[in-house]
Parts: sequence; C-alpha cells; structure tokens
Amino acid sequence: MRDLTNEILELIRRTSSSLPKDVEDRLRASIEMEEPGSAARGALETILKNVELARANSTPICQDTGTPIFYVHYPEGTSTRKLREQIRAALAEATKRSYMRPNAVDAIYDKNSGNNLGGDDFPYIHFEEVDANQPLIVELMLKGGGCENVGAQYSLPDNKLGAGRDLAGVRKVVLDAVQKAQGKGCAPGILGVSIGGDRGSSYIKSKEVLFSNMGTRNEDPKIAELEERLTKEANEMGIGPMGFGGQTTVLDTKITGMHRLPASYFVSVSYMCWAYRRRKMTVKGEEVEYD
Amino acid sequence: MREITIPISDETIRSLHVGEPVELSGVMITGRDAVHKWMSDTYIKKIRQPQADDLQVYEEIRKYLDRGVLYHCGPVVSGIDTKQYKFVAAGPTTSIREEPYQADVMKHFNIKGVIGKGGMGAKTLQGCVDTPGVYFHAIGGAASFLAQTVQNVLGVYKLEEFGVPEAMWVIEVKNFPVVVTMDANGQSKHALLDQSSGKVLDDLLSRPY
Repeated sequence: MRDLTNEILELIRRTSSSLPKDVEDRLRASIEMEEPGSAARGALETILKNVELARANSTPICQDTGTPIFYVHYPEGTSTRKLREQIRAALAEATKRSYMRPNAVDAIYDKNSGNNLGGDDFPYIHFEEVDANQPLIVELMLKGGGCENVGAQYSLPDNKLGAGRDLAGVRKVVLDAVQKAQGKGCAPGILGVSIGGDRGSSYIKSKEVLFSNMGTRNEDPKIAELEERLTKEANEMGIGPMGFGGQTTVLDTKITGMHRLPASYFVSVSYMCWAYRRRKMTVKGEEVEYD
Repeated sequence: MREITIPISDETIRSLHVGEPVELSGVMITGRDAVHKWMSDTYIKKIRQPQADDLQVYEEIRKYLDRGVLYHCGPVVSGIDTKQYKFVAAGPTTSIREEPYQADVMKHFNIKGVIGKGGMGAKTLQGCVDTPGVYFHAIGGAASFLAQTVQNVLGVYKLEEFGVPEAMWVIEVKNFPVVVTMDANGQSKHALLDQSSGKVLDDLLSRPY
C-alpha cells in the first residue's frame, strides 16, 4: 500500500487553515442579522477577516488546533496499523510546520509532548472497514478545548429542568446547555446532540454527527423539526457571537439517536465553536481528492 | 476607535466602560492555566517554594505586569528550534478557568487589563474594582488575524517547563482589537447576559412541546 503521509499532512493543513465553505457562508449570512456598529457584528466581521487570512497564509484559523479526530473508512485488506503510523507521522510534521499547535499534555505529569502525539489515544483515530472496491476516505475534525469544555451530558429525568425521558425533555436540556455555555464555547456554535447510548458512546456519537454538512437534517421528520426548533429557540436567548449579545448564538443543530439501556436515558451535547474545522480526503487509486 | 497604550494609568482604566471597543498597543505578556497556578502557589499563597529560575523570572515579569496587560493566550509560534520566534496564531483562550486566581494576581502585580474570552466571574469583577483594572474581550478563534497585530516577540519565560501554549510570551502589539466587557466600576456584560438569557430560558422551558 502506498505511503499517504504527505497527503494526510495536506489534509491537516487544509483542515486547520481553511474553514469549510458551508460554515463560512452561514457566518457571512448571519452578519446581516446583527445591528450595524454592534459588538456582535464587529465580532463576526473580525471572524470572517480571520477566515480569509488563515486560508491565504496557511496559518491556523484558531491557535487552539484542538483534538485531532480522525475517522478512517478503509477498504478491506488495508493495513490500519500502517495508516495509524502515517497519520501520526503527518501530525508530528504538521506541528513542526505550525499548522498545528503542540496540544497533547500528559494529564498526570503536566508535560506537553511537543508534537501532538500522546500515548495511544492522542490523536483519536476511528477505523471503519468498507468493501475492497471502495475508496479510502480519511475525515478529520479539529475540535478546540474551549467549546469542548462547555459540552454537557444529562441523565434524564432531570427534575430541576423538568425534563422527562422524551423529546420534550431533550429539548429542555439542550437549551439549558446553550444557556450555560454563554459565549464561552466561541459562539456562534453548532450543536451535536446524541440521545441514548451509555455515557461514553453517547458523547462519541454527539461528535460523529458533526461530520455532516451544515443544514443536514435527520431523516425522521420529527427529529428534523426538533433540530430546526432548537436552533431557533437557542437564538432567542440573545447570547450572540462571543457572548456579546445578539441574534446569532447557534448556527445549526444536529441530532442523532442510539439504543440505550432500559435504566439509562442520556442526552449528550457537543458544542462546536464557529471554527468548525472538518475536512475529508478520498483516495481513488493514484488520485487524492480533498473536500 | 479609542486607542490605548500600555502601560495604562488608573485614570484611563476608570474611564473605560462595558461595551466599549478599544485598540491596544504596547508590550503585553501571555499567561494562562499553568502561569496562574504558578503565580498563585509560589508568590501569593506561598504554598510552594520558589525553584530553579522562579525568582529571576518573577523579578522580570513584574516589570511588564505593573500597569500592564496579561493575555490569556496559548499561541502557535514558529521558530521554536532557532529561537527566531514569530506568532503564527494567537487568539484568546477561555478565561473562566483562571477565576480562582485572577483577582489576586491582578492586585499582586498591579495588572490594569486582562485579555481573554468568555468573561469571568464575581471575584474577578471585584478585582477589577479594587485594583483597578478591566477585562478586555478579544475575538475567540480569530487567531491568524490577532497574530498579525504582534509586531515583535521580545522574549519568553518558562518555555521548557510549561511548553509553548502555557509559557509566558512577551509581545509587542499594535492596534490589538478588544471590547471592554467588565469594567472598574463593577459592571459586567457577562453577568447581564447570563441574567437576561436565563429569563428567556425559563420562558422557553415553560412552553408546551
């Protein structure tokens, strides 16, 4: 199998420095929602200037280049061990080239590894096998710590919020998470919501759903309706870009469901900052496509 | 837009009000989680003995912090190997993690401005009144843009010990844009918004599904 280290390095460069078009378009559209001369509008204008500058100079959109989350869809017969080595080599090189900040800190000894590699779990890599005739796809998401810190998990029923084990309860806890986050997750944000699972799988799923494009709705119309409603209601709270006050607090909401134990009903909310960095590379023979 | 030069006088600080956009120029110093804990443990609470170069670093950063500005930032810096440092990406980090330390650190070092994002709590707001000082909110995530305001990297402390994001970088900035969100008169944009959005939330929760 061919060595893809350089191609993965390019994927990292693009992900860190070039915001996906669908996110940029949504940010641009939201400028018009904010009062001329307001701090909220100023924040969005600065954000867009920054997006253009980062892309032009191949510099990180945000200095917190986040947790690198790789999802690899590999054709049957590919060596995942070699792919893992190539991803790790590419990440170390990307750090050297300042596409990435050294971001892996040993939690017990407080030591930064200096190259974004730490133990078996940093970066996070998920492998999924596909048929042998399918292309190899590597997806990468960079999720910063500020927004990760305002993520929340609720165990329903939640008596304080009056949230029961149904979609009405889900709605309540998600709105609560947005209110608690204020501007701290770098609003305007995108919400990844997972209903069900155990504590671990539920959080993972709430991030997986963030790999889909902006505006992608759940296939179930009643979940799709809740997604739209949550975005609208979250914006009613007036938290605004950066928590400066304003109309734009949440750009989109994505919800997914899982199976759960009879005893458990978890709702996990992953808050994604406006610097919603996600990119994909597809390897078709000698060709590598990025989008 | 109002332009302010660092170091900043008490008179200027008291004249700043919540919601006001400002551009900062001059020398500031970065410091985040590891720095605040180190300052607090070693020099304020004194529960840790100064070690290695601690005393020397303390004497040097004091000069920058007196009437100065502390920036909650963990930058991406190029030229680490050659020591030809250049700020590549340098937006603010979430400030609330420093809430246990910030007011004491401001008072101890006579810091006039703290730059970060997300705002801080009641203890820091009281620190702003007492010092006096203000909290400046920078645009979170606007890292490439803000790095361009950094004209020079004048030096770095604790790079080896704390790592690139957590080290204290001494930088000279020009027209660094911020918004005052907590002022020396005891006003906080964050407290107000927490309150108003909380009221809307209560209303939303009471609506039928």
